[in-house]
Amino acid sequence: MLQEVEAKLSVIATPFYWVADIPSKISDWSDRNFRSRTTLIDDNERLSADVLLLKAQVQRQASLEAENMRLRELLNSSAILSDSVLVAEMIGVSPNPLHQQIIINKGEKEGLYVGQPVIDALGLMGQVIEVGPWQSRVLLITDASHAIPVQVNRNGVRSVAEGVGLFHELILQHVAATTDIKVGDLLVSSGLGRRFPVGYPVATVTEVTIDPGQPFATVKARPRAALDRSRHVLLVFSGHRKNTYREKSEAAIELR
Amino acid sequence: MNSGNGHWVIALTFLVALWLAIFPLPVWAEEGRPAIVAMVLIYWVIALPTRVGIGVAWFIGLLQDIIEGVLIGENAFALAIIAYLALILYQRLRMFTPMQQAGVVFVLIGLKQMLCHWVQTLTGTESPNLNFLLPALVSALLWPVLSVFLRLLRRAYYVH
Repeated sequence: MLQEVEAKLSVIATPFYWVADIPSKISDWSDRNFRSRTTLIDDNERLSADVLLLKAQVQRQASLEAENMRLRELLNSSAILSDSVLVAEMIGVSPNPLHQQIIINKGEKEGLYVGQPVIDALGLMGQVIEVGPWQSRVLLITDASHAIPVQVNRNGVRSVAEGVGLFHELILQHVAATTDIKVGDLLVSSGLGRRFPVGYPVATVTEVTIDPGQPFATVKARPRAALDRSRHVLLVFSGHRKNTYREKSEAAIELR
Repeated sequence: MNSGNGHWVIALTFLVALWLAIFPLPVWAEEGRPAIVAMVLIYWVIALPTRVGIGVAWFIGLLQDIIEGVLIGENAFALAIIAYLALILYQRLRMFTPMQQAGVVFVLIGLKQMLCHWVQTLTGTESPNLNFLLPALVSALLWPVLSVFLRLLRRAYYVH
């Protein structure tokens, strides 16, 4: 109840974040408009190279996806549906360094909902916790009050990654000292808890300390998403939410 | 003299302060963000205790809560308390040199940070260290500049 009221009241906050965002808007604009020819050519070359690389990867992915689908059919399990995403822009961050939250410029009108996963180009960022008419608040995965179910991509070991309030650190709780988990392992969302969709990269394991005196290993990981740098984020509409969203807006992008 | 003079100047300074309170800062400076809203409030309470008091503090605090997206009432409560303390002390504070005033501001803002931190701890965000008191120091250092600026503003627009 109080949360709903707070979400409605965030209308008052919108103009403040708007104005506070003007300097970065200006720098964005000047970045776009005052560029030397050589940087543009360089950028163009780099982007073409990136596109080529990504296309090559997608080629392989298409066949892998088909294969995956066939295998899942053999196993009689439900297929993973593709998700739709909506691009949003970050317009503010929480002024309190202990709260790892960002404010984005999409809200009720675009069909956002509380608990919606937010990703960037590199990995999972967090979830929507408050939806106002024009802006929403996103809790990042590194907030001290946030935890996300993950699994190791290499072997499927499940765990829960908790934030500690630092941008570069997540901690895996209750990992048995004998668990097969190594530095460099990729952690992906496991889909348990039914809040985050399966298979988005979350973090990379950076430190595994096994103390013989302790029942659990201390495992630290570094989030994949550029939590303190990404300006554009993607809101994921998965499962049944996707259809309601399609009706609301045509701007949805299919994510294959 | 018209006693309703310059409502908009006071409102405007609070609006600018609220805006500065969420202005994006680099990560290293985030922990030392001065409590501008509380400083502006303390200034107006000292300068015009009959017009800016606990009620205004409560209202501004609620606005700040909504804008920052924290628990409603957190800043309102803290600001109302420091407004009350400033109201008790304003006659003495007016006699103080800027350095002495800065000392009092340090204590008041430290108290505000402490109250806010208590509320935050109750809602689950605990600070690992005492860095949440850093804004008190930064605010105290900025106080002489801010008070001179606001005094010029007040004189220029005949707010009394």
